[in-house]
Amino acid sequence: MKEKEQEEMEKKYMVLTFAEYEEGLRNGKLLGLRCGSCKKITCHPMPVCQWCGGRSLERMELSGEGELTTFTVIRVPAEGFEDDAPYIPCLVKTREGPCVIGRLDYDAEQATQELIGKRVRMNGSYTYKGDKYSGGAHTCPVFEVAE
Amino acid sequence: MRDVAIIGIGHTKFGRASNTLLELFSEAALQAIDDAGVDLKDIGAIFQGAALPGFEEGQVTPPGFSAAELNLSPIPATRYEGACASASIAIREAAMWVASGEYDVVLAGGVEKALSMGTLYATRTFAMACHAPTEGPVGLTFPGVFAMAARQYSKNYGISIDKLREKMAHVSIKNHRHGALNPLAQFYNKLGDLKVEDVINSRLVADPLTLLDCCPFSDGAAAIVLCSAEEARKYTDDPVYILGTGQGSGGPLSKMEDLTKPVSRISSARMAFKRAGLVPSDIEVLELHDCFTIAELIALESMGFFGWGEAADATVEGLTDLGGKIPVNMSGGLIGKGHPIGATGASQVYWLVKQMRGEAPKGIQINPVPEYGMTDTLGGDLGTLCHIILGRTKK
Repeated sequence: MKEKEQEEMEKKYMVLTFAEYEEGLRNGKLLGLRCGSCKKITCHPMPVCQWCGGRSLERMELSGEGELTTFTVIRVPAEGFEDDAPYIPCLVKTREGPCVIGRLDYDAEQATQELIGKRVRMNGSYTYKGDKYSGGAHTCPVFEVAE
Repeated sequence: MRDVAIIGIGHTKFGRASNTLLELFSEAALQAIDDAGVDLKDIGAIFQGAALPGFEEGQVTPPGFSAAELNLSPIPATRYEGACASASIAIREAAMWVASGEYDVVLAGGVEKALSMGTLYATRTFAMACHAPTEGPVGLTFPGVFAMAARQYSKNYGISIDKLREKMAHVSIKNHRHGALNPLAQFYNKLGDLKVEDVINSRLVADPLTLLDCCPFSDGAAAIVLCSAEEARKYTDDPVYILGTGQGSGGPLSKMEDLTKPVSRISSARMAFKRAGLVPSDIEVLELHDCFTIAELIALESMGFFGWGEAADATVEGLTDLGGKIPVNMSGGLIGKGHPIGATGASQVYWLVKQMRGEAPKGIQINPVPEYGMTDTLGGDLGTLCHIILGRTKK
């Protein structure tokens, strides 16, 4: 009984924490989770499978490759991003299934609708230094057009 | 559960306000209380929407102070936060509590002072309603979210970006035309005669959305008084009944299948229709969340008023204007009337009630007076959705 209590107290609900995911990004890796039930991939990490809610998850690494599904060029930035503008947020459907949000490494003045559907790959990460509201610095993936 | 009626409405002038948040809310609240003809002491509880008061005035937990300002302490007073849908979820909760029998007469509404924050700081605080861990470091803004949705819309339906920009411009033209006729609107007597070129040639905010594709930052408040339907005629000859409500939740953008088909909105609208026992073709007036021109098109399709990809052309053809299939945002919507985010849901209800009483300003009143109306309010990047269906007769 005592052992079981100890086990419950020490049970880890996050197989891959967000901080570990961000650390992976900074090391050039896109980390995710594979579901033991439906076998699908969850990325960014969540406490349960993003597809079926399954709770048997194990860490894995995604290829970082995928397809650009949409983007925009931000001209009027939020406070804290003035020096970045113009910049390109984008959504990428990874080869492994889940979509991730990141930035596109591309000339903002040349970014047109034809980019949608292009194959992209992760080529690094971007770390925002953070402001007094953001709970410290945070990191997102950066993609480049692969074709 | 009891039926619930709206018996009083109040609405401040939208735009820039020098009054405090609490004063703004009190102004809308007292208008609503006077309009209802209830005594202050009849109010059993306050349900207040407010999204960012801590960032606007350093004021957390405003409802308690609102109760105090109205000399209503110590009645329960609660803040509801669902970003831009804050007031709608406050009203939905208020209706639930009255329906339950816990309270007979309550005050619900919302308040915001977003214009006073200035564009940079307001853009930062609004972006707090994005998914902070993944969308925060990207530097995503709200125009950015809907710009990405616009590009997906263009791709989905094979409409070139240039063509889509022209079609979207008609949303801005229509809503500004309405807003220019609304004395409480931020753009009253302004921008009422826009051309397509004006919209597409205004400053790019987030490609392809321009400044005139966007609603403004605004200060303002709106409030309503609700009571049980059986008591409503004691106070007014023109009660408007809450026939059904719905609410839905989304998630990070990256977990959405398609930004133009938000499950949160589809599910919330369906819930409201089911509760009201109505279908889209029953609705005669809509106040919906046109935070951006593309947002109005997405809302119309997600709620079932037009098929997927059809709302753009329907708007160009005038089907969403006075005399069309479904008049949308006769008040000016968020684009023409202004968008004090925590107050918007209550403002939408206010203008539906005005329509249903036949009291809307000249040029934007629907004739004959509509029987059924519906609101659509979106909070965050499709994270919180709420719908409210109103009718002039009980179910």
